[in-house]
Amino acid sequence: MSVEVREARQPWILLSPALTAVALLLLVPLCFIVVYSFWLRTATGADQPGFYLDNWAEALTDPFYRDILLNTLKIAAITTLVCAVMGYPSAYFIARSRGNKAILLLLLMLPFWISYIIRTMSWINILGVSGALNGFLLWTGIVGEPIQMLYNEATVILGLVHFLLPFMILNIFVSLDGIDVTLEDAANSLGATRWEAFLQVTLPLSLPGLAAGGLLCFVLGAGTYITPLVLGGPTDAMFANLVFEAIITQLNWPLGSALSLMLLVVLGILVAIYNRYLGMAQLMKGLG
Amino acid sequence: MSSVTLRNVVKRFHKFTAVHKTSIEIPDGAFVTLLGPSGCGKTTNLRMIAGLLDPSEGEILIGGKRVNDVPIHKRNLGIVFQNYALFPHKTVAENVAFGLKYRDVPKSEIAGRVQKALDLVQLPHVGERYPKALSGGQQQRIALARAIVIEPDVLLLDEPLSALDANLREDMRVELKRIQDQIGVTTVFVTHDQSEALAMSDSIVVMSAGRVEQMGAPEEVYNNPASEFVANFLGASNMLPAACTATGAEGATLDVAPFGSVAVPAEKAQRLSGPGPAQLVLRAEKLAVLPEAEAPPGLLTAPARVETVDYQGQTVRYFLRLGDRQLQAINMIDERPFEQGAPVRIGFRPKDASALPTETK
Repeated sequence: MSVEVREARQPWILLSPALTAVALLLLVPLCFIVVYSFWLRTATGADQPGFYLDNWAEALTDPFYRDILLNTLKIAAITTLVCAVMGYPSAYFIARSRGNKAILLLLLMLPFWISYIIRTMSWINILGVSGALNGFLLWTGIVGEPIQMLYNEATVILGLVHFLLPFMILNIFVSLDGIDVTLEDAANSLGATRWEAFLQVTLPLSLPGLAAGGLLCFVLGAGTYITPLVLGGPTDAMFANLVFEAIITQLNWPLGSALSLMLLVVLGILVAIYNRYLGMAQLMKGLG
Repeated sequence: MSSVTLRNVVKRFHKFTAVHKTSIEIPDGAFVTLLGPSGCGKTTNLRMIAGLLDPSEGEILIGGKRVNDVPIHKRNLGIVFQNYALFPHKTVAENVAFGLKYRDVPKSEIAGRVQKALDLVQLPHVGERYPKALSGGQQQRIALARAIVIEPDVLLLDEPLSALDANLREDMRVELKRIQDQIGVTTVFVTHDQSEALAMSDSIVVMSAGRVEQMGAPEEVYNNPASEFVANFLGASNMLPAACTATGAEGATLDVAPFGSVAVPAEKAQRLSGPGPAQLVLRAEKLAVLPEAEAPPGLLTAPARVETVDYQGQTVRYFLRLGDRQLQAINMIDERPFEQGAPVRIGFRPKDASALPTETK
């Protein structure tokens, strides 16, 4: 075997374990889902193999699905915005702190040591009718009887922000950490105030991280079903809840498959648009 | 353009004192170098002048006005950073124009002034490019253009050449000096490189461990070092223990074994207060290495042996054994250098030596 051939093959040999895993665990199941989405669930509860468009027709024409999809995107967008506004100052603080950067980053990772479900459920102990906050309010006498704070859109967004904020902070941090601090000194020396220097130099240079964090929060937020399940009310279902409902509760795999593919395609289109305007290369830089 | 004065400035970081009580006077239009090894406080001084650090004590004056409480963006200084600090997301022209935006320069004038600055650093055609498309030396020039386009009162250069490779560094040295001469701006230059300091400065401030060791013209600092540190930091010097027997208007007389009595000229012995223990300072290039049998008139000589030969083409550096001490000599090569182990005669002219009191440590 010539050296050229060996060198050309090497990347593929090195990539093969990962490619095998991706193919077997992601692509093949995805193909099953695509095939399933064209099957039909009969009245007896059995799945009828074939090429039927009934599921797709239902998913695409029923305004119920459309409304929940739009609501899901709205909640994901609000969550992303809140994460960006809350995350940027924290990331800036960590990136600019000298000695204890490692400790702060460790603290940022700490929540990941606890299951996301447990973290979500912890809000019930805080905001629930017999939760800590109500207990405090009752004790101080501000309220006479407990307030129902849980199970609405706001608590869903709260739970999502709680879940996604570390991802946003980490992405912005990576971007900020790579910016030479003397750039701000240089801007100051040329006559810019600290705020002007931030707006002119640091903020534009950290946009890739902000964009990457934003994309990550949006996609993860739009695809979640645990948070609305635990913290949302009956009207706060998000799109992934519909998939969960169809597949797990109703055992309607064909419809669930069609719905999950619909969400995948919508998010895929949004990522493509995002990429068109911000550039995947920029995102990679932010992530790396 | 303005003078810069540091008056009794002290800078402490927690318990560590980076700069001990320091006073430096930099006249209007001068090119002054702060020279010293890393950690000597030279960059701390520069950053205090710039306003990037606040002095713990003392006053900093620019153009006679106290600036301790003036924030950096109002000091009107041009700073060139060691790593250039060009804005990577802005074009070269935008980089250079950056400071003009904060100076009420009419939009119509900005392009012209940017072009003039780029012409001055001899890179007139790179305005549309991004910094990363330029070489290190070119980026350095752009950083300089960005600093001088605002017509600063003082130009501060923080080791601007140390990131460049050797040949480029020497070119930039000449270039930097030419530009400074042309615009005549008061310049404070920080470096650890003695040859940069000697080549470029009107005046050198040698610093060590947060203290000023000596201030003076390059020839003065080089030929008449004020301390053992200065003697060794600027080139190689030999320190020989001596006993001063007399001081006077003519100079000082020192007894130096095994050379005998050395008459050091008065201007090079002014730091001796009177008879007592002293040191004779002999620059390595003033110590001649001769064949064993030669003893030219006017030279004080002694026999020695070559221990190591460090051949450098045009010159050669010898490490010589003289009794229980090792001396260094840097000589031009005449025919062939002496070989390792060769017995030789070393000698110097008394007027090339200088004298220092013995340092108590």
